[in-house]
Amino acid sequence: MLTLLGIVVVVAGFAVRLNPLLVVAVAALVTGLAAGMSPVQVISALGKAFNQNRYVSVVWLVLPVIGLLERYGLQVRARTLISRLKNATAGRILMVYFVVRQLTAAVGLISLGGHPQMVRPLIAPMAEAAGEKSHGPLPDKVRQRIRAHAAATDNIAVFFGEDIFIAFGSILLIKSTLSSNGVEVSPLQLSAWAIPTAGLAFVIHMVRMLLFDRRLRRDAQAPDAAEAEPS
Amino acid sequence: MIGVDAVYALAGLMFAGLAVLSARDGSNPRRWGNTAFWGLFAASFLAGSVIGDLTNGCLILAMVLIAGFGGLGRGEPVTTTPEQREASAARLGNRLFIPALTIPAATLFGALVLAKVSVGGHPLMDPKQTTPISLGLGVIAALVVAFVMLKPRLTEPLQEARRMMEAVSWAALLPQTLAALGVVFALAGVGTVIGGLATHWLPLDNRLAAVCAFTLGMALFTMIMGNAFAAFPVMATAIGLPLIVRTFGGDAAVMGAIGMLSGFCGTLLTPMAANFNLIPVALLELKDRNAVIKAQAPTAVLLLIANILLMYVFAFHR
Repeated sequence: MLTLLGIVVVVAGFAVRLNPLLVVAVAALVTGLAAGMSPVQVISALGKAFNQNRYVSVVWLVLPVIGLLERYGLQVRARTLISRLKNATAGRILMVYFVVRQLTAAVGLISLGGHPQMVRPLIAPMAEAAGEKSHGPLPDKVRQRIRAHAAATDNIAVFFGEDIFIAFGSILLIKSTLSSNGVEVSPLQLSAWAIPTAGLAFVIHMVRMLLFDRRLRRDAQAPDAAEAEPS
Repeated sequence: MIGVDAVYALAGLMFAGLAVLSARDGSNPRRWGNTAFWGLFAASFLAGSVIGDLTNGCLILAMVLIAGFGGLGRGEPVTTTPEQREASAARLGNRLFIPALTIPAATLFGALVLAKVSVGGHPLMDPKQTTPISLGLGVIAALVVAFVMLKPRLTEPLQEARRMMEAVSWAALLPQTLAALGVVFALAGVGTVIGGLATHWLPLDNRLAAVCAFTLGMALFTMIMGNAFAAFPVMATAIGLPLIVRTFGGDAAVMGAIGMLSGFCGTLLTPMAANFNLIPVALLELKDRNAVIKAQAPTAVLLLIANILLMYVFAFHR
């Protein structure tokens, strides 16, 4: 039972809003010590695991390119492009992105999106611009909500798209877990059974984006934003 | 053969560049904290394979201490004004999208084409690491395109990367540290303990109870671990296989596929999935740390309920 102390540290640490990095490192040390490792063993295990997971941080390599393009006006251009589209709304932009992201993930093209590469430089500014185009200047709170939904759209679309691709890691993991327990399933069966949930994710997100647009319209017409004329 | 170490070296050089630029930034009150942090990150990427586990462990603890106790600050990196950006965007037009789209295009080309190329019987890329290697190639290709098109000064990409990194700050280290925590959890046997608790305490005497325990357990354990991949083997061997498949005769493929997707619902709800839920908060400069999770929560809860029903209806119909 002591093994679970690390989880207690994580939950408590996040709850009282300590620095998450500190919380996670302390949780790792506590878990290792509770499992009977020596301090040197725990730190070594942590170091080894950290080193083996360096590929997780490779994504930061895109920042010099994205930053450079922002310097030369990429986000501005993305906004301009959207403001020329007649029927663009924040919700519709995110719906289109959802469809593209989910379909491409379903055929294994997972690297077509992502937060540093796509959401920050392109999708979030486009959704914001579309929101401003249909509702006039938006209060900061509303802009923040649009940006949060841009990130959420990327996550939901990729999560419930990638599992349809038969060579995706999770399908291989399911297959090997079941296989090591003497149960054989084919990747094709697994990917087929991911489709109902993927379809529902699509329906739910589309409906939520329609409601999101409606809410934006209402917020823009609220008394505190009365000067923002809906177009 | 291009190994992943080449990509790590590239990232190491970038982090080293950030450290040097931070050291020279007089506008940042904590510039030495930033220098040390990015310098250590660079050391991990450049030398992590040779310095040994214990040194790597001390290195990460040092970074955590710097970041955890407010050692990181933010300077005023030189970038363009909004007016300059308007002018530049008007001048360059849609050409600005070319380097941005070069990253995914070249990454895909790497993963789909170059990953299958062999030179003299040896694969061009390490077949186990095609994703990070392809991303590295994509970034190089995009940088080349951007330099040809924009003719920036040599330091501009790094300065701009530093501007964005200072906004992300300590969160940049969080996904990798969480991955390491997952490994330590696994070493200590956290999963087995939780699986044992679940089967011991939950009333699992009918199909619906077993399906609920499995799907909700996947979501909850994923929230704790930040990753459905860590939760699946535990929950499948504790509840999914013995109860849903063996006792109640359910379909293993339905159990596996929908069980994993229930875990993904948990991923949408937890700050432990930092690269999905916290990194965008930093990148999009959102004030509420949980803004992305809040935006995802209704979808995650609805889909979790849907998964319970789907598994209950389809797993036992054959």
